[in-house]
Amino acid sequence: MTKGQAISLQKSDGGSLTAVRMGLGWQAAPRRGLFGSRTREVDLDASAVLFADKQPVDVVFFRHLVSDDGSVRHTGDNLVGGVGQGDDEAILVDLARVPVHIDQIVFTVNSFTGQTFQEVQNAFCRLVDETNGQELARYTLAGGGAYTAQIMAKVHRSGPGWTMTALGTQANGRTFQDLMPSILPVL
Amino acid sequence: MTAELVRGQNHPLSQTRLEIRISAGTPIVAGATLGDEQGRIHGVERVAHPGAPTLPGLEVSRQAAADHRLAVDLDAMPESVHRVSVLLALPVGDGGAARSNGAGSGGGPTRFGAVAVPFVAVTGLDGTEIATYTLTGLEAESAVIALELYRRQGAWKVRAIGQGYADGLADLFTDQGLPQAHQLAGDILEAVAQGMARSVPAPPPRTDGDRSRQTAAPALGPDQGGPAPQGASGPVPPQPTSPYGTQTPGIPGGPSPEPTSPYGTQTPGVPDRTAPQPSYQGGADTTDPHHTSAPTSGGSINYSHPRRQNAAPPPPPAAPPAQPGQPAPPVAGDATGWSMDERLYNQVWGMFEDLARTTAAYRSAVDFADSRMEKELDQVLSDPRSRIGGQGDAAREAAQAKHAQLVNQASATLDRDIAQLTAESEVVEPALPPAYARWDNPVWHGYRVPMEMPMALRLGDLHLPESAQLRIPMLVRLPLERGLWIDSGRGGSLDGSFTDSHDLRRLAMETAVAHAARLLAVHPAGEFTVHVIDPAGSGAQALAPLVQTGVLAAPPAVGAAGVAEVLARLTQRVDLVQMAVRGGAPDSLPPGFDTSEQLLIVNDFPHGFDDRAVNQLRYLADEGPAVGVHLMMVADREEAVGYGPLLDPLWRSLLRLTPVPDDHLADPWVGHAWTYEPSLVPPGSQVLQQVLTEVAAARAKYR
Repeated sequence: MTKGQAISLQKSDGGSLTAVRMGLGWQAAPRRGLFGSRTREVDLDASAVLFADKQPVDVVFFRHLVSDDGSVRHTGDNLVGGVGQGDDEAILVDLARVPVHIDQIVFTVNSFTGQTFQEVQNAFCRLVDETNGQELARYTLAGGGAYTAQIMAKVHRSGPGWTMTALGTQANGRTFQDLMPSILPVL
Repeated sequence: MTAELVRGQNHPLSQTRLEIRISAGTPIVAGATLGDEQGRIHGVERVAHPGAPTLPGLEVSRQAAADHRLAVDLDAMPESVHRVSVLLALPVGDGGAARSNGAGSGGGPTRFGAVAVPFVAVTGLDGTEIATYTLTGLEAESAVIALELYRRQGAWKVRAIGQGYADGLADLFTDQGLPQAHQLAGDILEAVAQGMARSVPAPPPRTDGDRSRQTAAPALGPDQGGPAPQGASGPVPPQPTSPYGTQTPGIPGGPSPEPTSPYGTQTPGVPDRTAPQPSYQGGADTTDPHHTSAPTSGGSINYSHPRRQNAAPPPPPAAPPAQPGQPAPPVAGDATGWSMDERLYNQVWGMFEDLARTTAAYRSAVDFADSRMEKELDQVLSDPRSRIGGQGDAAREAAQAKHAQLVNQASATLDRDIAQLTAESEVVEPALPPAYARWDNPVWHGYRVPMEMPMALRLGDLHLPESAQLRIPMLVRLPLERGLWIDSGRGGSLDGSFTDSHDLRRLAMETAVAHAARLLAVHPAGEFTVHVIDPAGSGAQALAPLVQTGVLAAPPAVGAAGVAEVLARLTQRVDLVQMAVRGGAPDSLPPGFDTSEQLLIVNDFPHGFDDRAVNQLRYLADEGPAVGVHLMMVADREEAVGYGPLLDPLWRSLLRLTPVPDDHLADPWVGHAWTYEPSLVPPGSQVLQQVLTEVAAARAKYR
């Protein structure tokens, strides 16, 4: 998937996607010499903002791990990154349970510790069809420029089902709040 | 990768054809027993030993040796076999030695403490080690269960046991419930000793004394002389045969000098092989009628934590297949947990969360629809064009239609979810155990005093205005983490119908009694004690069920002296237990100390309470729950305002419950205000008396 491309989350057999997962992974900063605790750890955060008619209604991020309605769940904050290829943070969306008035869900990534994506090793974020594990979109964040945030993608209602649009908009900010001005234009 | 097991550790087995290699510094006897789910052996035909070396799926060495290889085919085990225990024994001489633990006739070692530490390895057929275990720490034992292979949910696992028996094989077999334990133990060792002369000089001999016991002999029956199978010309011992139909391989009717592989057990059986069994069984039964199943001093140690369930939980109930296009029908106990209690608890909490969240989605959608409509209507009003013609009306209608559509959608979703949860509730409620069940649940009529404390207790029902019919049981974990406050104040009424404070007070006391009775009923006899403080005696009528059935520790304390006495006693108790726990000496409590959980019901607070008593109450509320002393206040906060803010921490530390429906409880996820209704005994029902009578009888027996 490329930037701006939209794919319908309708399956070819007519059934629509019921669950998507946004995964975020990065590699922990290498330990520095004897004083490992002084390693500049990298903390990236994944967030999802739920919009109803361009009004933010609910946010799922590391301080609010489950949306009030229970449809969007964050697997928990990872402060240091991982070692392997897997997701270090993930947000799961049960599309069938999203409240009726929510029409867009925007996924963002922020660097909480302030490193730009240039400084983070092996950072990526991706969207996965949770029902079959198929990767719908993947961005390599590392080397992506001197930015500290990215608005990854949005999932929005279209007709009876949902459509996902890859955004990949770069921005700066510590948490999703800082991104709000950048998010609104893409809604 | 090889797993090096320590005592008690287990390891999964990926293959069923295994070899168990045993090495010890000295010749030892190796055998195996086939046990049922409880590890009991049903007869001598379930023991493989040098005299009867092959059983279906199992083959052991025919002689004592320093090194053994036991072949095991777990697939060939009869269905009834759940445990294969591999045992080692020192050849302590004649059969009598086994019984009396006398010194070995040949002067060989009589205790494992005197020989090199045995080492056992479970390997695949290719010799790759799967798990190993070194039997360290043996001392006076002359027989030991080295490890066991056991079935767990259809798969086999190995566990390191290392359970030794100072009195030898006899003890070991007795412990596994073999009636003919002493007989068999004697026979095995006797056969080992006797057969020495006829045995081929097998594994490298170590010493003369040891070699003298290197033999193999049948020990099938007490009166069978033990013809040596190896190179012997005497009568051939009957093949040990499983009574369950799986036959050992062998030549029908002929001698079977070669140790036969258990891997060939699929060969058709020989029907007449079972012939020798009945006579032997009879003989053995009469020999040792008193050694049936009582564990001896060397009984196996139960390593499992008494409260922890290591056994995998029984699988959750399977949902009947769903109708096409329909969600699966709900099933009671459809949640994770180690027991049905825990599953139901988790399921109820799951329903609670689902209802909270689905209602949150509905409320949020409706709020949004309202605010959007308001905004749109404002726009219509402020737009000058809308004043011309019907444009304004049309816009208004459009806004209202949009609102209605969204609200309808939201309601449809809510209705669907509530219907699902209601269906679940309908199957869950009848399945609840007494501790979780309403008083009108029939389970209370079959009430028996439980053997252990349940996980949680139902304090009442919770519901939301959107789904008033759907009641979620309010379950709190036991032991209680905070005290309870039954609010007898006027503020406790939702609709103000209980304006008569006298009525409300009576109701509050009845609620308290219902909760206390439930707490008493769900604890095992003697593990829960209820004290009552009723300074003015105003709660006598409500307390009657507790008093009359005699389940209270003492009659309700009345008057200032009574209050002071009970509070002093409980305060002292909290102090004592705290000191013991903090001092790391919980065993040092005075003998006869009542270790049960204590509940103190306080009626009519603050009447008849002086400052000292109030301080003691606060102390009990703060420190009590951690040491098993719980508080149940029946009080009206308004009446206690005279104490000023002093009592605020007390109220805050207690869980407020109301005698009438009241929406004061918030859920932990979204924070809705839930309407709480206490669990009360239906009017006219005798269930409370019946249950309390049962409790009282059990308490009397316990004392």
